Amino acid sequence: MTRPRRLRWAALTLTAALAACSPHHASTGGGATLAAVRRQGYITCGASQGTVGFGAPDKNGYWRGLDVDTCRAVAAAVLGDKNKARFLPLSGDQRLVALQTGQVDLLPRTFTWTLTRDASGINFTIPNYYDYVGFLAPKSLGASSPKGLKDASVCLQSGESTAAVLERISETDHLHIRPVIFDNVQATRAAFFAGRCDALVTDASALASVRATLAKNPSDYVIFPATDEVEALTPAVRQGDDQWFDIVKWSFEAMLTAEELGITQANVDEMRNSKDPRVRRFLGVDPGNGKALGLDEAWAYRIIKQVGNYGEVFDRDVGKDSPLKIDRGLNRLQRDGGLMVPLPFE
Amino acid sequence: MNTRRTGGPAALRWSRAKWRNALLQVLILAAAIAGALWLARNTAANLDERGIAVGWGFLSRPGYFPISQSVLPYSASDTIGWAFAVGLANTLLMSVLIVVLSTVLGFALALARRSSKVLVAGLAAAVVDVLRNTPVIVQLLFWYSLVTLGLPDIHRALHPIAGVFLSNRGVYLPALKIDGPAVPVRLVWLGLAAGALLAGSASILRPGRRRILLYAAALAWAIAALIWATVGLSVGLRPPRLEHVNFIGGLQLSPEFAAMALGLVLYSSVYVGEIIRGGIEAVPKGQWEAGLSLGLTRSQTLRLLILPQAFRTIIPPLTSQYINVVKNTTLALVVGYPDISFVAASAISETGQAVECVVILMAVFLLISLLAAAGMNTLNRKFALPSR
Repeated sequence: MTRPRRLRWAALTLTAALAACSPHHASTGGGATLAAVRRQGYITCGASQGTVGFGAPDKNGYWRGLDVDTCRAVAAAVLGDKNKARFLPLSGDQRLVALQTGQVDLLPRTFTWTLTRDASGINFTIPNYYDYVGFLAPKSLGASSPKGLKDASVCLQSGESTAAVLERISETDHLHIRPVIFDNVQATRAAFFAGRCDALVTDASALASVRATLAKNPSDYVIFPATDEVEALTPAVRQGDDQWFDIVKWSFEAMLTAEELGITQANVDEMRNSKDPRVRRFLGVDPGNGKALGLDEAWAYRIIKQVGNYGEVFDRDVGKDSPLKIDRGLNRLQRDGGLMVPLPFE
Repeated sequence: MNTRRTGGPAALRWSRAKWRNALLQVLILAAAIAGALWLARNTAANLDERGIAVGWGFLSRPGYFPISQSVLPYSASDTIGWAFAVGLANTLLMSVLIVVLSTVLGFALALARRSSKVLVAGLAAAVVDVLRNTPVIVQLLFWYSLVTLGLPDIHRALHPIAGVFLSNRGVYLPALKIDGPAVPVRLVWLGLAAGALLAGSASILRPGRRRILLYAAALAWAIAALIWATVGLSVGLRPPRLEHVNFIGGLQLSPEFAAMALGLVLYSSVYVGEIIRGGIEAVPKGQWEAGLSLGLTRSQTLRLLILPQAFRTIIPPLTSQYINVVKNTTLALVVGYPDISFVAASAISETGQAVECVVILMAVFLLISLLAAAGMNTLNRKFALPSR
């Protein structure tokens, strides 16, 4: 998608200006987003410009992916239907402004949690994917670590936190890496596959998606980490609406806790008859959780029924049942040695 | 008071209309000010509510984003303010290059379209039609994909003459290498050598001042030779060489730069060419006949009689074309050339200071455009007919 940049600039600036200048409501504190979303009848989520596995329309135009399912979980909890979600494709440059100005209600878009971003009028909820910055390079290059990229040209997208990582390793290891930067993800990938660059740098998850879907022969390419640091890809909301912040956090947590409790899309109905008080409280058979969040009591039940638990979502979108075949790794539950921590639904 | 009373009803009506006009203007001004204040207040309140700090402090913080190529030195730990300067330098370099080249090419196109040779005129007309009737962004993408897909990869780079390599990583040329004394001495030496070359070539173009120009050239050469002999300067070419994955050394013209320059030069030269052709054709035919009947050749007539008159028609539209060129450079990011709008976009995504960054961008382009217009207006006054 290469829409004229000037047009996009104009649109972005205009919406920023309009949103910034729109009449100021005193009541945008807690609960305004929930009320607005209910009035509209749908949630607007920022989405990627097409990263299969995380957020991309399938051949029927239906959005699929881990980030998309994170959004659908909120739609199922708040509006009762996972399909009451709309997706706005945003470039790396656009996403922060789109969330700040209220174009989107929620931004689950492989968005790395950093301090500056957090302090820019937005709040990060809970990481929905732990990732690392990686390089994708043809095997013929013979590189298996950043050291092998001395003097290499590397393609990347502007507005990504990976840019800072690339710059850092280039400087500390004296690699003289030559960045080639584009403002949209398609141009970046096309330039890499045209041979303009020796490697492509971004989150390893997105690289797995690129390799699985765009490489002519995926086994000709290798992915290796740029650093040993972990990045937390985290859905973000606008600052100033604590109720909405809570709802988004717990909608995602519900998928983790369901996996911990052994509740799946298939068995969620029979689990309602469970004797386990944790399960009964979770599914709203014993009331309390819904009222606390300002939702009905079946909100978590609907998330699992319509979207599934985290393990199911992971396997379906990016894991073993998807073309990406990403190892669960850091994204396993804490009890299985990963970083995903289910919290008590009490 | 007296005049109004003696002026009768007509004068009274006139003064009422004047009153009404004044009142209306005051009201419009008040509404505009109130609207601006309302917008400013709302903006401030909304930004504050969203926790977005307003101010220019972010300019002195490091941005940590890379810029892929720049005229000015840049590293990612430099401040965002410096990054804007680096982006501006890239924009200006591109603008100046496009203005100069498209003027030269446009002039050639204008002459080709006026040519009496059907093939030349037809070809020129076809070029103009194709380039003028397709979107410039499509042209940029076309040139970029032609460079990156049409040229071989770096290991099979075309090598037409020694030291020159063409590949989808761009064009690599040998760089001038001057070794020896301190940098200022080298710069002076380079200036002298260039000056001598310039004076030498100018002496061919300006026969009237040939003698003095040749003396100047000889003097510059003599001083340059003296420096060379005394401090041991060595001059040579440093050809690019392929090492591991990329060419090292030499000058690199990146595909992004090349596609951008090529695309916008061709696109603008078409407009410049049509403006020049229009200017030439606006000079009455009698001027040509007068020149030819005086015994001047066609090219002499063009140079001495027609062009000085055509400039009067050419300069005003050319001014707006040049300003368009500067504004069009913001299309650079579709082909990955880091101009000032790229810096603004990166700064926005890094800091969220969208309002400030867009204001900077607008102010910079306004300033460049006004400066360009002022320069062209001065030129215009020089060529304008003296008023009688």
